[in-house]
Amino acid sequence: MNGVLTTLVDILSQPAILVAMIALIGLIAQRKNLSDTMKGTTKTFVGFLVIAAGAGILEVSLIPFGTMFQEAFNVAGVVPNNEAIVALALNEYGSSTALIMFFGMIVNVIIARFTRFKYIFLTGHHALYMACMLAVIMAVAGFTTIPQIAAGAIALGIIMTLSPAIVQPFMRKLTGNDNVALGHFSAVGYALSGLVGKAVGGKEPTSTEEINFPKGLGFLRDSTVSIALTMVVMYFVVAIAAGPTFIEAELSDGTNFLVFSLIQAGNFAAGVFVILAGVRLVLAEIVPAFKGISTKLVPNAKPALDVPIVFTFAPNAVLIGFFSSFAGGLFSMIFMALAGSTIILPGVVPHFFTGAAAGVFGNATGGVKGAVAGSFVNGIIISFLPVFLLPVLGDLGFANTTFSDADFGVSGIFFGSLANFAGPIAIVISLIVILVLMAIPFKKKEKTA
Amino acid sequence: MKILAVCSSGLGTSFMVEMNINQVLGELGVTGVEVSHSDLSSASPGDADVYFLAKDIAEGGAHLGEVIVLDNIIDMDELREKVRKMAEERDLI
Repeated sequence: MNGVLTTLVDILSQPAILVAMIALIGLIAQRKNLSDTMKGTTKTFVGFLVIAAGAGILEVSLIPFGTMFQEAFNVAGVVPNNEAIVALALNEYGSSTALIMFFGMIVNVIIARFTRFKYIFLTGHHALYMACMLAVIMAVAGFTTIPQIAAGAIALGIIMTLSPAIVQPFMRKLTGNDNVALGHFSAVGYALSGLVGKAVGGKEPTSTEEINFPKGLGFLRDSTVSIALTMVVMYFVVAIAAGPTFIEAELSDGTNFLVFSLIQAGNFAAGVFVILAGVRLVLAEIVPAFKGISTKLVPNAKPALDVPIVFTFAPNAVLIGFFSSFAGGLFSMIFMALAGSTIILPGVVPHFFTGAAAGVFGNATGGVKGAVAGSFVNGIIISFLPVFLLPVLGDLGFANTTFSDADFGVSGIFFGSLANFAGPIAIVISLIVILVLMAIPFKKKEKTA
Repeated sequence: MKILAVCSSGLGTSFMVEMNINQVLGELGVTGVEVSHSDLSSASPGDADVYFLAKDIAEGGAHLGEVIVLDNIIDMDELREKVRKMAEERDLI
């Protein structure tokens, strides 16, 4: 009997098997045939192991970067990248992440079914990353296994419903209807950009789409290219600052320091590429199942979709937003260096995606001025939030990389500070209070719908 | 026959387009079409017979072969129209 129990625990503590089982349940619930069920379950299983393999590649690249940065500037340098931090965190928190994601999606459906927040969060990779961060935060806060998963899942469900809700007023303005929502965990940055746009835009703002923008920056949309190129630049700057003597003696085993840096920068992009392939395999079955089930259960559900859905509304604002947000990141970096805190380096992926969307929303409310100012503010907040997020992540706060987008910072700092203030009980109380507030049926928004 | 939906990271948007294409194919009663999704870096000519791309990455994916560009990726009517046209050209319906 005991043998059976230990085997069962062994199975459930293997995240790869766990997510495969979640996929299996989803596929059976959709009454897929045997062939599809086998295919989907196996792919999910292998996908999780691919993520772990990608984490290995990333670690090889990030550790020497951290060492060089420390040697050169005497402070820790952090490159925020969701894929990197999640892959590293999954080594320890894989099972709780999988369970928090699974139950969090159920909580999302329940909240959407019974409150006025009809948002179903369909951006699977962000749900996975948020589940992972919550697993870490709840564990660091002192929850044991089952309460950790329960608190994490409820928090995830709440965040999945509230994040689209925050941006929805601006989505309505942008898309002209109320049918689609934005499911991307940097909503705080987007809403702020929309507000800043409103403040600076004046009465009749000029839209970014009225100006002619030079083409030829399209290669930046290819994430492998943009990650590799920026990491090469960052690596070279840090390597030159650390000096060839140190690198060739301590890290590269005699290989020329710039060649070594070039390869490590490439390794970073390679690691992200592999992790993305794994994430794609894992989500391929879970998201359609979630979509199918939730549309049946929630009448008038509004799907919250991934961020590029807003890019086509203002392609010029996308590029302006990226550059302006990146400028905000550089500005913040210089400020941090002068202040002597941990330095958050501007990661190209978060600045591209969140900066671009902030640009689109800033443009929608305040034209060119709004796009520039709004995404600059976005760049500053996604630089400073990680500084305060790092201390609540426990050991993962020292990983040279961290969660990048605004909502990760806001919710992580929120729950982490509550835990520091009064332990797990403070988190439990806050979750209950938020749920009660969300359950109050306001009517005032109905007219605009 | 194979259809590939492509977006810049291959995670969310292309996945949504894939699910929507599947839905439209179901409405049209077309069977035997395999739909999947991918990022712009991994997608290469020969992966599929037809590629669906959003307007903003249309240039980056022009080399793929038969590319159908979606002006508004959340507009189901546009997608329905373009999938129907594609299916008719290939005698699937």
